[in-house]
Amino acid sequence: MRDITLGQYINGDSPIHRLDPRVRLILTLVYIIILFSFKSILQMILALVFILIAYAIVKIPLKMLLKSLKPIIPIVLFTSILNMFFISGDVVFSFWKISVTKQGLYYAALMSLRVICLLAGSSLLTYTSTPIELTGALESLFKPLTKLGFPVNDLAMMMTIALRFIPTLLEETDKIMAAQKSRGANLDTGKLFERIKALTPILIPLFVSAFRRADELALAMECRCYNGGEGRTRLNELRLKRSDLKATLVFCLFCVLLVLAGKI
Amino acid sequence: MSVIRLENVGFTYQKGMPDEKTAVSEVSLTFKEGSFVGVIGHTGSGKSTLIQMLNGLIKPTAGSVFIDDEDIWSDTSKLRDKRFKVGLVLQYPEYQLFEETVKKDIAFGPRNLGLSEEEIEERIIEAAGYLHLSPELLERSPFDLSGGEKRRAAIAGVLAMRPDVLVLDEPTAGLDPKGRKDILEVIDNYHRKENKTIILVSHSMDDVARYADTVLVMNSGKVMYYDTVEEVFKHSSELRETGLNIPTVTDILLTLNERGIGVDTDIYTVEKAADTITAAVKREVHI
Repeated sequence: MRDITLGQYINGDSPIHRLDPRVRLILTLVYIIILFSFKSILQMILALVFILIAYAIVKIPLKMLLKSLKPIIPIVLFTSILNMFFISGDVVFSFWKISVTKQGLYYAALMSLRVICLLAGSSLLTYTSTPIELTGALESLFKPLTKLGFPVNDLAMMMTIALRFIPTLLEETDKIMAAQKSRGANLDTGKLFERIKALTPILIPLFVSAFRRADELALAMECRCYNGGEGRTRLNELRLKRSDLKATLVFCLFCVLLVLAGKI
Repeated sequence: MSVIRLENVGFTYQKGMPDEKTAVSEVSLTFKEGSFVGVIGHTGSGKSTLIQMLNGLIKPTAGSVFIDDEDIWSDTSKLRDKRFKVGLVLQYPEYQLFEETVKKDIAFGPRNLGLSEEEIEERIIEAAGYLHLSPELLERSPFDLSGGEKRRAAIAGVLAMRPDVLVLDEPTAGLDPKGRKDILEVIDNYHRKENKTIILVSHSMDDVARYADTVLVMNSGKVMYYDTVEEVFKHSSELRETGLNIPTVTDILLTLNERGIGVDTDIYTVEKAADTITAAVKREVHI
């Protein structure tokens, strides 16, 4: 359970960690849009170089990035192979009925690079932002919607609580699994139906404890007079700094570079 | 009967990551057959990690764990059999209860062992007997019990598997004094009657001094002392320096000694402490 690196936060003190989470969120979104709107391989390589530089700034070991890329290797391979064989154009080489075309190879490389950049980019966001920062950023960005009667505050609180309890519930699952394994529960082998049945001793205690925790949390919040999100202030107010402006400028430069690269 | 032997065992969380943390390192020791071992140490000293390696719940990142001279990780298909030899009661075991009735919950372990229905029934009665669970209570839902009853029901679930080695991680945490005493008596009783090995993790030195014959002191993931109760508590002043508790009576005797009243300090039972204090008082009165 603990081997999941995608979506994990890595504590650090890099310039990217110190950015306003809203800036981080928006730049990541723009980066993803860019990935899908540009179509030349040179642009994709530039995008990859850009994200690798960002990883170097954050000082996240390359090993970790590779580990988080591992689960998508089959997808990358699958799309590459499909592209390679089924796009018609100038034949490079062929055997039996299958022929590999120049255009096919090009699109295969493009798609793989795009998927890799996509994952690396979104991972960078979660590596450098705590879940609390992200909900804070979302809340602040959606704030205008309160005027339309949309409960942004409540939604943000719900998200914060949900995210806060993911590690707790994972830990709880680990503990319950350990306890049931100690009593000889067989979770790894058997037919599909048996395996589903084997989950009962884990799911029931997990639900019981989730309800217990929810009860306790509700009580604790009421004890501290929580009564909805209206008019609440945050512990860490989000404020744009000079460094945020600089980061945005660097990113804009990168965008210009990409557009120029597309003209070549 | 089973003997657990650890050779240079170490465990590091998040190995290779920026936030890696070594929980246990270079632990080499043997848990003798039929002994009652008390494991003590600070929170975060690696006790819980260590005991989870004893039945193969976590794989050591260094060294090996042997049960009856067989490396438990040499053949992972046999790992489950090893788990039946070493029964592990984790912290707050009541969170593992899941069945409709206490009886069915206790039957979970024995059923996984593949025993016959009669044998399972026999095991339930035996385990319930040890833990003072009445036949009426066995038919109730485990979620309707009191905290102490839940704890006892959960321990019964492990005991019903008749493990050769019973490992308990702070089985008395969060219970009232009577609940604590009841559970410790149950463990002691099981140890005496069945002569099985007991490994008890505890924060209470008084409990360890009272029930264990061997003490394992863990400090920052390493073995600080592993010896008989007498030998370990001879180092009481060192233990106190590392911030660990020592038996209350030993603590009193050490303090008396510091205040200039000559008493024996290698003592950890109330009876012997009373003797040495009486002797000291007699001496003082004569002067």
